Amino acid sequence: MSDDLYTTSTATANKPLIKVEGLKKLFPVDKGLFRRTDEYIHAVDGVDFEIPHGQSLGLVGESGCGKSTTGRMLVRLTEATEGRILLHSDDASDGEEYVDVAHIDRSKQKAFRKRVQMIFQDPYESLNPRRTVFDTISEPMAVQGLASYKEREDAVAELLERVGLSPASAYIYRYPHELSGGQRQRVAIARALIINPKFVVADEPTSMLDVSIRISIMELMLKLGIEFDVSYLYITHDLAVARYMCDRIAVMYLGKIVELAPTEELLSNPQHPYTKALISAVPVPDPKFERPEVEILGSVSKPINPPPLCRFIERCPWAADVCHNNQHPPLEEKSKDHYVACYLV
Amino acid sequence: MSAITGVSSDGRPDLRQGDPLLEVDGLIMNYETKEGDVSAVQDVSFTLHKGEALGLVGESGCGKTSVALSLLRLLPDNANYKAGEIRLNGTDLLALPEKEMRTHRWRDIAMVFQGAMNAWNPVYTVGEQIREAMETHFDHRVTDEEARVKISELFEMVGLDPQMRTRYPHEFSGGMRQRAVIAMALSCDPQVIIADEPTTALDVIVQDRILQQLKDIQDNLGMSIIYISHDLAVIAEVTERIGIMYAGKLVEIGPTEEVYAKSWHPYSQLLLSSTPSIRGPRRKFAPLEGEPPNLVDPPSGCRFHPRCPLATDKCVEMEPPLEPTQGGDQSACWHWERVPELDETREASA
Amino acid sequence: MSVSQQPPESANAPVGTETMEPDHQGYLPPGSDGDADVVHQNRLVLRWKLFKRSFKQNWSLFADSKIGLLGLAIIFVFALMGIAHPILMATVWEDAIYDPVIGYDAPQAEKTVVPDAELTDPQTEVALSSALLDNPLVQPGDTVIISEQPANPSSKHLLGTDPLGRDVLSQLLFGTRAAFAMGVIAAIVTVIFGTVLGSIAAYYGGWIDGAVMRTADLFLLIPLIPVLIFIGGLFKVGLFSLGLLIGVLSGLGPVAIVLKSQALSVKVKPFIDAAKVAGGSDFRIITRHIIPNVLPLSFLYMMFTVTAAIAGEATLSFFGLLEVDMSWGIMIHTAQTQGYLLRGTDFWWLLLPAGGAVTLLSAGFYLVGRGLDEVVNPRLRAR
Repeated sequence: MSDDLYTTSTATANKPLIKVEGLKKLFPVDKGLFRRTDEYIHAVDGVDFEIPHGQSLGLVGESGCGKSTTGRMLVRLTEATEGRILLHSDDASDGEEYVDVAHIDRSKQKAFRKRVQMIFQDPYESLNPRRTVFDTISEPMAVQGLASYKEREDAVAELLERVGLSPASAYIYRYPHELSGGQRQRVAIARALIINPKFVVADEPTSMLDVSIRISIMELMLKLGIEFDVSYLYITHDLAVARYMCDRIAVMYLGKIVELAPTEELLSNPQHPYTKALISAVPVPDPKFERPEVEILGSVSKPINPPPLCRFIERCPWAADVCHNNQHPPLEEKSKDHYVACYLV
Repeated sequence: MSAITGVSSDGRPDLRQGDPLLEVDGLIMNYETKEGDVSAVQDVSFTLHKGEALGLVGESGCGKTSVALSLLRLLPDNANYKAGEIRLNGTDLLALPEKEMRTHRWRDIAMVFQGAMNAWNPVYTVGEQIREAMETHFDHRVTDEEARVKISELFEMVGLDPQMRTRYPHEFSGGMRQRAVIAMALSCDPQVIIADEPTTALDVIVQDRILQQLKDIQDNLGMSIIYISHDLAVIAEVTERIGIMYAGKLVEIGPTEEVYAKSWHPYSQLLLSSTPSIRGPRRKFAPLEGEPPNLVDPPSGCRFHPRCPLATDKCVEMEPPLEPTQGGDQSACWHWERVPELDETREASA
Repeated sequence: MSVSQQPPESANAPVGTETMEPDHQGYLPPGSDGDADVVHQNRLVLRWKLFKRSFKQNWSLFADSKIGLLGLAIIFVFALMGIAHPILMATVWEDAIYDPVIGYDAPQAEKTVVPDAELTDPQTEVALSSALLDNPLVQPGDTVIISEQPANPSSKHLLGTDPLGRDVLSQLLFGTRAAFAMGVIAAIVTVIFGTVLGSIAAYYGGWIDGAVMRTADLFLLIPLIPVLIFIGGLFKVGLFSLGLLIGVLSGLGPVAIVLKSQALSVKVKPFIDAAKVAGGSDFRIITRHIIPNVLPLSFLYMMFTVTAAIAGEATLSFFGLLEVDMSWGIMIHTAQTQGYLLRGTDFWWLLLPAGGAVTLLSAGFYLVGRGLDEVVNPRLRAR
């Protein structure tokens, strides 16, 4: 099964589905009612990546690293301060190959919503408690004005079976409180996929589920990802989950991507000191396994008006003159498909 | 269920050569609810030795936290003990009047509660709050000097700057607050610490450091720790013995290395194969199907039988006892010898 | 999770799968598993079934609260009284005597005239001074026939008559309808204003929120009863406009503030983000996602508004500022203008039925509100 993931659909194989260029989000630091602030939290500070058709990218990092903000910008729940989000256009009638969805006007938003969807973390809060499973799943269709009511019922019933809620008739008119956590997350996945999006942002969709449920939800997302030819941006703090789900992994630290590489390459051959420390800190469910010890200094700070140096410099035990004398290192291809933002690699 | 204590005290060599410190024997506990009695803990028995780190693992609702709270007798009012004993150095804690129980709570058994790092009172300094906990449980006033020395010592032990004791909780990061919670649990020099999901809300690097600190403290003080977690990877890191719970029952207990290398209960086996890891094969197969049962009306016989690939009629009819398998491992399964088959089918399908 | 998982062939014997079957909680026709007809049910029938189901669940929560049930029982009794009036008027009660506004009856009673200072039993005796008003020749010890007005309760007039000779029971029953009608108008207006404004303010935030909330603060500061008295003095206020007025005043004021904070807590839920990602318009998100989740709390405040409205009506009528023919407030007002207000022990039927009805019905709605609180705020629920 793992091999399927690396095959991309042939027609559009060369062109990435989504290209993110210099994406930034600054949040003003609240200083009270009448004082204008000149302090900003650089939550996401110049992020670039591409996701090819049908592939999935894992965005991994500790809390506050900007991974969720990045995801929210891609689905336009948060306005980007700067940068471009280029989505490959499915119909060439516009003449343009890529649409910058970060600066899309309102009239085109609906069409954008048809192609980009999101799965949320908390299955207990992401479903409206007053709406039935049918109402929830069919909402994107209803909003987009797709299909008649009867057709929507058929579509929802069919999708319910495909997400493992079978027989559909037993679930379609239930309310969220009548479902377990895993079942709710299946409903959330169905809602995201009902209008055949090309790109789905999944923000920690399994972190609140139990171990045994988690694996079946991840399997389901992988299966449907192939069936629907969907690319995922999979946001997680858990490298083990990212390894399970993603073709490539990008590691974020304080608003910057510090390393981006194919999953196994990143885990077996990490280059950036932060990635090394992160990987060495992940507990392994094997008591005999001796983890390498990579110690880094201090703890995460808040990126409020950060100096233009490498973001990791304060915690980096190897920081050298080149790091202190230059700006934040660019994300460069150090070996094939392996991008690292560090002067010392 | 005296079988467990029997086995652990005769027969196999104890890992730490310690004496039994805390013995849980045939504990049965129900919660009364509107829907009926929830059978939250069903005939759970295990022994904790001096200086040992024991892990209790299971999914939410499996009863692991209920067992932990039972050890401190801190369960809510709707909880009913039906049977069993919890013996600390031979004294049955469940039989003690509440007043005497109070002398054991915190001074003999302390607990790091789940989410306790978010329960600091924002208007007092962390030091003041630890001092208050000491005074409450020692039943006498602690002088300023005693408090300063003791809290500084505790802070150093958990890796905090002793100067931080005069700071307020909001000046601490999440990891530091959790360290302070551990310091507070250590403040009365308990013999046993129960750590309920001690690192669940923390980032991996901080989690790693705190787990390391806990291991060091355990080694240095010769303390016994019960770790409670849903995370098999964390438990693998820090424990010597592990008990796996399912639907209120202890289904397997044994030395951590042995259980992870070769489990003798199908639930443990499937749970282990369902745990993603950054090492070893990328994807394992045969995930656990279905969901845990409703404990108001638990399945007959073995509570795992509706989800068990090895289940037979016998499993539906009769409850399997916790019995020794191989090595120091005990499993509550009629078909424990066949558990390795699960691995074979898994490899075959891969 | 995948339903009805079967053990693989390796197992010796298949075992029961009872726990894995989805339980059909009575909203599916029996034997319709996997049936396409279940999916394509008539929309109205389906919605009705769903409504019934959630109503049942909520009712069982509500029924746990004894005070809520007590409140409901009180309201039910008053509702019966309101229904009883037109029926009684159409059947056994004669219009001329029992009409609550223009009816008249003065029962005759034989009484002994006694000196003013010796009057002990007003049922059988009459003070000399009052007897002299009718007949200047009477003397203590005489027996006179007196037309009682107000009359004592009797088999003909169970609650006696008022100072104008009208049947008190008929007035009381008639007043029930007015109280209900006005309470309902006030409650509906409150909820519409409070919910819509609260939701809009919470959803948009910014200056819209500021404007709505400052207005709400203003209305919150206005003391309800004095303003009603003031308006009652300036304009002709009937029951309908009073209900409207109370509804607007509390809907724009306290209720809008409470419902806004509730809407705010709904707005930050991920399902609102999910609706945005689905492409939902602001209107759709407010009407389909925010308001339905605020509504239970609105319903609670509806109950409290009814209480305020009934009390407000009684107060205004008491001061004679309401353009109403008959209501509970008017009944007390009549007793007051005729000078019976401070003689409650002798003429209890002039004050107690109306005053008691105002208190009881207000209490009934309040208790229902408290009962609903249990349903709406799960935090308060016992484990």
